[in-house]
Amino acid sequence: MNWIPQIFRRRSIYDDLSEEIRLHIEERSEQLMREGMSAKEAEWEARRAFGNRTVLEERSREVWQWPTPESIASDVRLALRQLRKSPGFTIAAVLTLALAIGANAVVFGLMDGLVLRPLNVPQAESLYGTHYGDNLTWQSYPNYIDLRDRNRSFEDLAAFNMVLGVGLDTGKDPVAANGFAATGNYFDVLRIHPYLGRLFHASDEHGPNSAPYIVLTYAYWHSRFHDDRGVVGRTVQLDKHPFTIIGVAPPEFQGTIMFLAPDFFMPIVNEEQMGAPSLNTRATEHAVFEALGHLKRGVIPAQAVADVGAVNAYLEKAYPREIVHHDTALSREGLTSFGPAVRAFVAGLMVLSGLILLGACANLGSLFAARAADRSREVALRLALGSSRKRIMRGLLTEALVISLAGGAAGLLVSFMLLRRMSIWQPIPGVPLHLPVTPGAMLYVVALGLALLSAFLFGIVPIRQILGANPYEIIKAGSSARIGRRVTLRDVLLVAQIAICAVLVTSSLVAVRGLVRSLHSKLGFDPRDTMTAGVDLATAGYSAGKAPAMQRRMIEAMGAIPGVKAVGLVNGYPPLVYTAGNRADVYKEETSDLRPPNAAAVPFRYEVSPGYFEAAGTNLLAGRSVSWQDDKSARSVAVVNSDFAVRMFGSVTGAVGRNYRLQDGTLVQVIGVVEDGKYMSLTEAQQPAMFLPFLQSPSSAAYLVVRSKRDPQQLAAAMRRKVRELDAGLPVDTQTWTQMLEVVLFPARVATMALGVLGLMGAMLSITGIFGMAAYSVSMRLRELGIRMALGAARKEVLNTALGRPFKLLAIGSAVGLSLGLLGTRVLAFIVYQATPRDPFVLAGVVVAMALLGLLATWIPAQRALSVNPLILLRED
Amino acid sequence: MAESNARDLFPGALEMMILESLRRQPAHGYALVQHIQQRSNNLLQVEEGSLYPALQRLLKAKLVKAQWGVSSTNRRVRTYQITAAGLRHLEEQISSFERMFDGISLVLNPGRATTS
Repeated sequence: MNWIPQIFRRRSIYDDLSEEIRLHIEERSEQLMREGMSAKEAEWEARRAFGNRTVLEERSREVWQWPTPESIASDVRLALRQLRKSPGFTIAAVLTLALAIGANAVVFGLMDGLVLRPLNVPQAESLYGTHYGDNLTWQSYPNYIDLRDRNRSFEDLAAFNMVLGVGLDTGKDPVAANGFAATGNYFDVLRIHPYLGRLFHASDEHGPNSAPYIVLTYAYWHSRFHDDRGVVGRTVQLDKHPFTIIGVAPPEFQGTIMFLAPDFFMPIVNEEQMGAPSLNTRATEHAVFEALGHLKRGVIPAQAVADVGAVNAYLEKAYPREIVHHDTALSREGLTSFGPAVRAFVAGLMVLSGLILLGACANLGSLFAARAADRSREVALRLALGSSRKRIMRGLLTEALVISLAGGAAGLLVSFMLLRRMSIWQPIPGVPLHLPVTPGAMLYVVALGLALLSAFLFGIVPIRQILGANPYEIIKAGSSARIGRRVTLRDVLLVAQIAICAVLVTSSLVAVRGLVRSLHSKLGFDPRDTMTAGVDLATAGYSAGKAPAMQRRMIEAMGAIPGVKAVGLVNGYPPLVYTAGNRADVYKEETSDLRPPNAAAVPFRYEVSPGYFEAAGTNLLAGRSVSWQDDKSARSVAVVNSDFAVRMFGSVTGAVGRNYRLQDGTLVQVIGVVEDGKYMSLTEAQQPAMFLPFLQSPSSAAYLVVRSKRDPQQLAAAMRRKVRELDAGLPVDTQTWTQMLEVVLFPARVATMALGVLGLMGAMLSITGIFGMAAYSVSMRLRELGIRMALGAARKEVLNTALGRPFKLLAIGSAVGLSLGLLGTRVLAFIVYQATPRDPFVLAGVVVAMALLGLLATWIPAQRALSVNPLILLRED
Repeated sequence: MAESNARDLFPGALEMMILESLRRQPAHGYALVQHIQQRSNNLLQVEEGSLYPALQRLLKAKLVKAQWGVSSTNRRVRTYQITAAGLRHLEEQISSFERMFDGISLVLNPGRATTS
């Protein structure tokens, strides 16, 4: 590294040079004067003998300079001229790289948005959320208060909960909105300052329902209130309760859950008004979604975990009945329980897109090597004429750079557009899904880096060829001589590339197969021909006690719609909707110590109306369904699924009539058994579930499920009309059950889409790779083929000679790739339901796909080999 | 003329001659020109100035080193000295040049055999 001092030394080098030259001319003219010339003549003659001083001094200086922009420009011009001579090669190379770099840039954008910068808040690096047990963040409000006051690790601890589907009425139009109910210190803990007006603080809280204030998010203020600055101070109705808008949050703050952008923030002390259970019950787990805060300076996460764990252990001891947490963890704020899945997904994508880039580089490397071999005569000639090897390599590297920069630019453009689309993407109607991916400056850097890296990777491939080139040999022998090494670098590159492509093809097939299976798997209900209507009676001011009567009227009204076969109701959400699900501990009848460790099972808990199973299409296996007589005055009963029955009572038929206990000690009799199903996610293992009569545990928020073969739009309109007839101020949200499944299918869909695209890119790469190899091998051996044909070789033999090698390499590469791909798909199983690599369909699919790719790629070279005319060919040279 | 002669030298020839001269004794630029012209019986009319870019190339490649001093004739001069790397380089160049020269002679005088 002597170029750094050189910069500073350059000045003195130049001075030395000028001085030296001046002295030279002086000495020469003195010499001439001694020989008898006049001073004037001598000086003139000395200058003439020296030559053009300015030019020579300039050339001497150039020795010390870096290549000037001019010489770089001329290099680039030369490279462009060379590339223009072979447009097919250039276009293929640029497109390949554009795809590869574009894919990597998109994946990087995702990683940047989802993993590196999960939350757009100040000092996000010291912000942590608390986790308990099975990666769940839920806890009760009193629990949070204890945690806040007893921990010694956090500067302060805030908490928030989600309030979804709140009726927000500005006076004329109640519209369902989604918000966060946050503790008073929420904004202060996050160090967020208002965009407009003010935010709420801990000093605003004075017990339950004491702070009727809301803060709007910038996006909601923009879309619903049209940037009206006069909105601050205005009163709006939230579920019929008056709230004052006190301010607007800054544009970059979109709440503290990744993917879910709220419309507004309200104080958590007013959460009860939105139908949430009483805040001060310690047993209510779902009052606080997550507690979060900045760690104190100098506190490391491990200390904080121990500290929070100690508080938790104390709480478990103090409230053994209510607190069921096991262990404690901290998480980077924002991703919450999606964290591991998202990270695994992004990591998987990064590996695959990295493979694409490697594959592309291998592809381009072999193309470049082939090109260099084709140009070996030219290179030899240049070497013989005195061009330095460095100079020739510089030319080739410039070509590589030009291609990769063009590819990088194109890739960046594509990724930019894709990321833009993603950030405004609303894939699921009614869900405020938000992908926080904004292409930032880092993206340019990454794309440029990738372009340079790949230029380097494939640019160095032909260098050995050139360094080792012996001009005499090459010119003597001509380019058609191949000095036979059995395995060349190009062969290795091609095998590597095909293996990479086979990995991609394998994983995309596995993913597609998994998705198809998950679409046809047994859900435990039949989402076809069902319309759902979400109705939260709390938004119209009904209390939980008054809800069942109204709900019964609604069920009856729906049943009266012509064409409706069955109507039922389920509290909360139906199975597989919004990945929401309630679970509860259940105990054997004889258990007296009802503490979580003694629980016999933790089934999903649903509360359903009579008719629900018919409407949902769930088959009853034994016993009876829920009836209108199963109300508060009757004994507690339940329908369970067959997994529950087998787990608790050993058999389906033997379960009917048996008893078990709930957490609160209630003895529940099993009246029926229904088929197993999926409840929270498609990928879950078979889980137990129980269905309690909704009359025995009333709730105001419920979904009506209506089964009918009628046109969904007409049906939905009829359902909304019926609800309006009953209560005009009640917001209804109608969707088909299939639409609501979108959320559950979303990760699998995205994964399949991403993998499908990557697989397609892999396939394209392998086609170009094999094609290049086959075409090259045919053109190299054209003369040999001609002779063989002249001597009477059959078409089969000719083909075998010409394409045997590419096919052998294809087979080796595919085998390697397939086995690697099968190993890799274990990772996929996290996201894609039933992604099993040991699937004959996938195995056969990969083999067939690769063989087809091989055929496709070698078709043209094969045609060329067969159309060889020995006479013309042998006459040529 | 002198100018076209300089161009007619093959690349690296001037450097080779400079190194060879410096191997015999360190010298400054003017003396080098004199030496090369005299040794070649004035057959090689090297343009005097073309020496300097070549000297700079050699300096940069660390094949020679330079030092300001005073000559025997009491002039301020910058004297060049060959380095160890320069010596090695010179050996390689000479042997490859000789091989090439033999080849060229064979082609130009097919009848005559050369010794080597």
